Amino acid sequence: MATTNVITKSRAELIEKFSKPEVISGSEILLRSLLLEGVDCVFGYPGGAVLYIYDAMHGNTDFNHLLTRHEQGAIHAADGYARASGKVGVCIATSGPGATNLVTGIATAYMDSVPLVVITGNVMSTLIGTDAFQEADITGITMPITKHSYLVRNVEDLPRIIHEAFHIANTGRKGPVLIDIPKDVSAAKTLFEPVTDVNIRGYNPTVSPNKLQVDKMIKAIKEAKRPIILAGGGVVYSGAHEELLEFVTKTEIPITTTLLGLGGFPSGHDLWLGMPGMHGTYTANTSLQKADLLINIGARFDDRVTGKLSGFAPLAKIVHIDIDPAEIGKNVHADIPIVGDVKTVLEVANQVAERAELADEWRSEVMASKTAHPFKYIDSDDELKPQWVVEMIHETTNGDAIVTTDVGQHQMWAAQYYKFNKPRSWVTSGGLGTMGFGFPSAIGAQMANPDRLVVSINGDGGMQMCAQELAICAINNIPVKVVILNNQVLGMVRQWQELIHENRFSHIDLAGSPDFVKLAEAYGVKGFRASNKDEARQVWEDAMNHPGPAVVEFVVRRDENVYPMVAQGSTIDQMIMGDAE
Amino acid sequence: MMKHTIAVIVNDQPGVLQRVAGLFGRRGFNIESITVGASEEVGLSRMVIVTSGDDHTLEQITKQLYKLIDVIKVIDLSANPMVSRELALIKVQAEHTARPEILGVVDTFRASVIDISTHTLTVQVVGDTEKIDAMVELLKPYGIREISRTGVTALNRGNQK
Repeated sequence: MATTNVITKSRAELIEKFSKPEVISGSEILLRSLLLEGVDCVFGYPGGAVLYIYDAMHGNTDFNHLLTRHEQGAIHAADGYARASGKVGVCIATSGPGATNLVTGIATAYMDSVPLVVITGNVMSTLIGTDAFQEADITGITMPITKHSYLVRNVEDLPRIIHEAFHIANTGRKGPVLIDIPKDVSAAKTLFEPVTDVNIRGYNPTVSPNKLQVDKMIKAIKEAKRPIILAGGGVVYSGAHEELLEFVTKTEIPITTTLLGLGGFPSGHDLWLGMPGMHGTYTANTSLQKADLLINIGARFDDRVTGKLSGFAPLAKIVHIDIDPAEIGKNVHADIPIVGDVKTVLEVANQVAERAELADEWRSEVMASKTAHPFKYIDSDDELKPQWVVEMIHETTNGDAIVTTDVGQHQMWAAQYYKFNKPRSWVTSGGLGTMGFGFPSAIGAQMANPDRLVVSINGDGGMQMCAQELAICAINNIPVKVVILNNQVLGMVRQWQELIHENRFSHIDLAGSPDFVKLAEAYGVKGFRASNKDEARQVWEDAMNHPGPAVVEFVVRRDENVYPMVAQGSTIDQMIMGDAE
Repeated sequence: MMKHTIAVIVNDQPGVLQRVAGLFGRRGFNIESITVGASEEVGLSRMVIVTSGDDHTLEQITKQLYKLIDVIKVIDLSANPMVSRELALIKVQAEHTARPEILGVVDTFRASVIDISTHTLTVQVVGDTEKIDAMVELLKPYGIREISRTGVTALNRGNQK
């Protein structure tokens, strides 16, 4: 993959280069600080309030900036970069509309605990509060959706603030941190010395667990007849996939992974039951309801997982492991709370973990159910089925691609039918459910992983929310394979209107969408289309063999539903099985 | 619903009140009163918030507050013996004939008159919320023009910091 200017200097070289104290501008401080934090790619969009920052980039060969076509594209790309790499994603936008265009992306990252540092320009300090041109109170607007935010008032504070922002974003429960820099601060000069230490009095996340609590969990495992593990995004974010595998290997407890936990545990493992919740597997859901011990590892008991809360896992003693104490007991009472970093907790637990020896009967019951109730759909030779397309993509990529999705039916089919082997291979907006996320996040994922295959699976609705970023794939030759499962309808809304609103289909018809092949080609991206299985196999192979970015439109059946489905307000064992019956 | 008085020690930073108040608002926690002022340490402010809710709600409030970077410490004052005081200024209608009676109430409550005009008296009363409520009730018959209350501020009793 050839991008415009790739970082070549190592961090050591940069520290060497920048360690000499020097009087420079706030903008130059920003760029140097970002480089020292190890940032190798920034996504952004210039404007009046960030002119000094962009001026400092001019001719700066150390700094790699990707110009998107919309600020929303920039922040979703930064998000995809962070999720696929574990590093902090960074984006830059100007004041006012530039900043407000980031709001959806900030909320998306906040809900899914994704580490971002978001840089916004603001009007000059002297103009703040006067309704100046392109002024918006972005720290105020984003207060509920950032882990922390700074409005920089003095250029002297900038090095410390940037270093703190990276520390806060990527430790504890991760999340987006916003730094708002007034124009005069980015222009002002001061003596710059790299900041290496961090001392934030009100911030000290608990990493190591209380050993007594871990012992209680180990004892509960020994006593359990029907134990189950519910593992979430925390496993992936703390890099605990190996520790989790060891824990399951030692305890032999069946495991279900949430939407954000996919990839945190190998899908080929016998004890893996698939995803739970609204569109989860029959076995994951029924097992949660029958379990006498539920070990939640880095998941937050989201309503899409629990269904009707009062009827969730009614028989289970609950162990809840989470880095964020506020998640413990928020939705579901925890009998054994364990606050700590998932990886550290599992390392401690693995030293003493033993096989759940009373659970043999349960294991056979669960395994039999898993065999009897896989995800199912009714295939067709006349029409392309979206599930079939995802299965084909899975088979042809050996489950090794990084898959990003948008939000809706295609997202659920991707979660159901693409089987992940590795963590950080699955990029999806779970908490906020942000349409328009799928494609730009793939650009970020590809930038973070130049050598991996990145497949972005989208619907025809969400694809039109950020399609403009095709331009940057073409210009920079970012070889994302963009799949569009085109059913000409807002499928998930259609499904709810069919099943919950008695077929009263309201404003879901996407007739008038562009010809996606022509759209791709208008941007200089190779476009493909398939309407049946033979074409589908052929164009997918062609797209994979094409060295650059490609858009592959699969024209799929319009009225397909995602099954199983748990209606809102039902317990998760009350599944509408549909075609899966 | 149980009433709780909590102290929140925060960095004296612009926007910190907005962060705390916003958190209560968006999480559906109730604020009966909130006071902010300097604390014993330079750079830190002390907020005292009176809220209501069951133990689960109080636990969530505490944990969510701790997630704010600018929050240094959260203390459930009402879990231990505490002193709590509120100050109220009450401007009451006071014609000459009513004044002796009003001054009787003021004396009884160990309140004080801090402003007198031709038709009004302004009374300052300090005490716990119940005392101030009682004083307001007693002054109502004379006609209350305006009330300004500070909200509760509080500390734990004794040697406990």
